[in-house]
Amino acid sequence: MCSYITERATIMGHGKGVAEWLPLTKANVYYDHPVSAPLDHALIIDFTNEAAGPGARVAVELSAESARHLVRAIQAALDTGQAAHDLVDVVNA
Amino acid sequence: MLEGMIADTIGITGHNGDVIHAYYAQPLTGDKVPSVVVLHHMPGWDEWTKEVVRKLAFHGYAAIAPHLFHRFGPGRWDDVTAAARAKGGPSDAQVVGDTEGAAAFLRAQPAANGKVGVIGFCSGGRQAYMMACKIPSLDAAVDCWGGRVVAQPEDISPARPVPVIDMTKDMSCPLLGIFGNDDANPDVDQVNHIERELKKHGKSYEFHRYDGAGHGFFATDRPGYRPEQAVDGWKKVLVFYAKHLVTD
Repeated sequence: MCSYITERATIMGHGKGVAEWLPLTKANVYYDHPVSAPLDHALIIDFTNEAAGPGARVAVELSAESARHLVRAIQAALDTGQAAHDLVDVVNA
Repeated sequence: MLEGMIADTIGITGHNGDVIHAYYAQPLTGDKVPSVVVLHHMPGWDEWTKEVVRKLAFHGYAAIAPHLFHRFGPGRWDDVTAAARAKGGPSDAQVVGDTEGAAAFLRAQPAANGKVGVIGFCSGGRQAYMMACKIPSLDAAVDCWGGRVVAQPEDISPARPVPVIDMTKDMSCPLLGIFGNDDANPDVDQVNHIERELKKHGKSYEFHRYDGAGHGFFATDRPGYRPEQAVDGWKKVLVFYAKHLVTD
């Protein structure tokens, strides 16, 4: 697309990174007690590579409202023509 | 209060003979001491759980927190927590076996007075209630805001096949329950339900319910911490254990 078009969501939460790029195979999504974010409950996403062990994980813990902002931003980004054109099932291809 | 203690991560024999990690603290005293098994909350075997172990040692109890997610590792405790959740968490049978192993370790220590209690928080509160029904050798149990004791249909799984509330008839030791009235899990109706079940079966119990507190209000590193209610709640726990676990 080469457009620089970016959907931005203002969020509140914590994230946990890893040192290097990591192949990801699963996203575990749940709403429960976070480990780090200063919230009673959070929308938590663990992007994982289970074959590489528990430490192979990119995690985010977001407030409920932040997570809804993110959902809207993701949806808006996917609504572009190019994304629709590219929308093939690469996971199961 | 005993300011001297030793505390460290050790290996103990848990369910199925597996060696698992556990955090153990022992007061430095020549006297015999009672013991407590600490069952960690849903976020895992974290720093606060280990603070609880040391707090109990400070008050004269040998205490141990088995790492209930150990088998989902190895790894950092928070990564192992995430792995445990992804795989459905530990089975009730495993938690019973790990608690029995922790209790056996405590009883085998030279300074042990033979009395062992259990305390659990959040998911560990549910487990503490279950331990009171499943392990006859325990002498006292404390359930801190254990959710899903009153199970919904979606809570039942091969790993957790029986609603804990249905185990109440088998409870064999006194139970202390600590709850926040603003908690959604368990909410006030669920706590009432649990209390009715305990009364129905003639069990020895005491419940303390706190206004202005929700879930996890002892946890000093979380926004739900409520110092006034937590200080009073800890007093209730220590009076309860002194009554049922201290022998001299």
